[in-house]
Amino acid sequence: MKGVSMLNVPAVLAIYRFEMARFWRTALQSIVAPVISTSLYFVVFGAAIGSRVQTVDDIPYGAFIVPGLMMLSLLTQSVSNASFGIYFPRFAGTIYEILSAPISPLEVVLGFVGAAATKSIVIGLIILATASLFVPLHIAHPFWMVFFLLLTALTFSLFGFVIGLWADGFEKLQLVPLLIVTPLTFLGGSFYSIEMLPPFWRAVSLFNPVVYLVSGFRWAFFGRGDVAVGVSIAATLAFLTLCLGLVAYIFRTGYRLKS
Amino acid sequence: MQPIVSIANLSKVYASGLHALRGVTLDIAKGEIFALLGPNGAGKSTLINIVCGIVTPSEGMIRVGGHDIQSQYRAARRMIGLVPQELTTDAFEKVWDTVSFSRGLFGLPRDPGHIERVLKDLALYEKRESRIMQLSGGMKRRVLIAKALAHEPKVLFLDEPTAGVDVELRQDMWRLVRRLREQGVTVILTTHYIEEAEEMADRVGVIRKGEIILVEEKVELMRKLGKKQLTLHLREPVGTLPESLARHALQVGEGGRSLIYTYETRGERTGITGLLGDLADAGIAFTDLDTSQSSLEDIFVDLVRERA
Repeated sequence: MKGVSMLNVPAVLAIYRFEMARFWRTALQSIVAPVISTSLYFVVFGAAIGSRVQTVDDIPYGAFIVPGLMMLSLLTQSVSNASFGIYFPRFAGTIYEILSAPISPLEVVLGFVGAAATKSIVIGLIILATASLFVPLHIAHPFWMVFFLLLTALTFSLFGFVIGLWADGFEKLQLVPLLIVTPLTFLGGSFYSIEMLPPFWRAVSLFNPVVYLVSGFRWAFFGRGDVAVGVSIAATLAFLTLCLGLVAYIFRTGYRLKS
Repeated sequence: MQPIVSIANLSKVYASGLHALRGVTLDIAKGEIFALLGPNGAGKSTLINIVCGIVTPSEGMIRVGGHDIQSQYRAARRMIGLVPQELTTDAFEKVWDTVSFSRGLFGLPRDPGHIERVLKDLALYEKRESRIMQLSGGMKRRVLIAKALAHEPKVLFLDEPTAGVDVELRQDMWRLVRRLREQGVTVILTTHYIEEAEEMADRVGVIRKGEIILVEEKVELMRKLGKKQLTLHLREPVGTLPESLARHALQVGEGGRSLIYTYETRGERTGITGLLGDLADAGIAFTDLDTSQSSLEDIFVDLVRERA
């Protein structure tokens, strides 16, 4: 007889598998799309602009943008996967089953966010593999590369989960990724070093949390970043904590899930 | 015996201010089929959704199998299967997968044998590889039932199970409910069809505007159903009835202008001849008479009608 308070592992796995099945079912959209868009970025930024910029911090421009590109996908994919994953059952009404099942909020989050994070990590690695076809890559700190990859995927999947709970229509679901995540990522030094900006904009950029993620990730690749790696790690952990707190608060209040 | 579902003083006020349930107290015995009857908006679904954990109660206490549904929600919910009113299914998943998913969600290890049995019982086995969106409405309803049975619940809630369902599925459903009862499963269903309650239930509860206004054995209700009333409109009002009429247990109507006699239509003797003879002997004359039958429908309509 299993204890009542034990983790309901079959339930977490059921949600996780269900979400992953959705991912593989839409493999064309989930996997092929990021590969194509990454290739396009390489053609446009790598080949067209790269031929003029040549190097940033002694790093060939084509290689320089790889961490930023991965971050861009990681952030948008995490947010959109996780938000859609929880929003759709709410929209379709199938959420009734999850609410009536003997599962804790923690287990629901583990299932949905775990699956969303897995998907974006898979996509991130596919992009890395695609990129390595275009430019020679060397990862200076593999451990920290994986650390940033996992934590960023997890953090932004949590963030997406919160958006999926908050949204009451498909429009709102698109709103945050479109108006906040994508601009912050593009302006967060994905394709340039913030050292290249005039001092004023460099200072403004430091308020953009994505700068710290991209910088840390780039440091893991090349041993160099816009800000000290310790700051990047701290920022990543702080944002993770913030999202965890937000999710915990939501479940404590039953917000948008139960009337 | 300890009731399998015990609801005490349950109230629900929605954020909109809607008072959906008011002090509902109800015990359901293990193994019975209980029909909750009531018009739309009476609070049937709210009641079910609270027991199942989908809606949070404002007040009150619920135990399922002795487990409090809030502090011991895991143990309580493991016992419960819910078939919702709306056809809320996934679209792209296959029948087999969605039913297996439900079993996992309730914390049980995989058991293809059980899933196969459930699907066969519901005539879904042939469709196990179909995507849910390819199924007809009736088939989707069967899928919802299969999902609810995937974790072998001890208590099954059927919220309006036969709304918009064809005859064949309705009959299949009743067969299934009977079979479940033989296995000791308690079934609680809501309906606004009286025939459905008559057909299936052991006990009937009537809910109106968030209050349970009647809970009775169906047999008892049926007994009432078999009763008729004879109303005699009198020429002269009577004060006290003569001793000779005592054996007929007559009720005196308003102002003494009528006498009401209740009798069993199923009895061998209705006693009407004797009554009329005794009335003539007592010198009570009447101008008119009528008889009426109280059906479950009448009782129900009477109970739920809003009294202005």
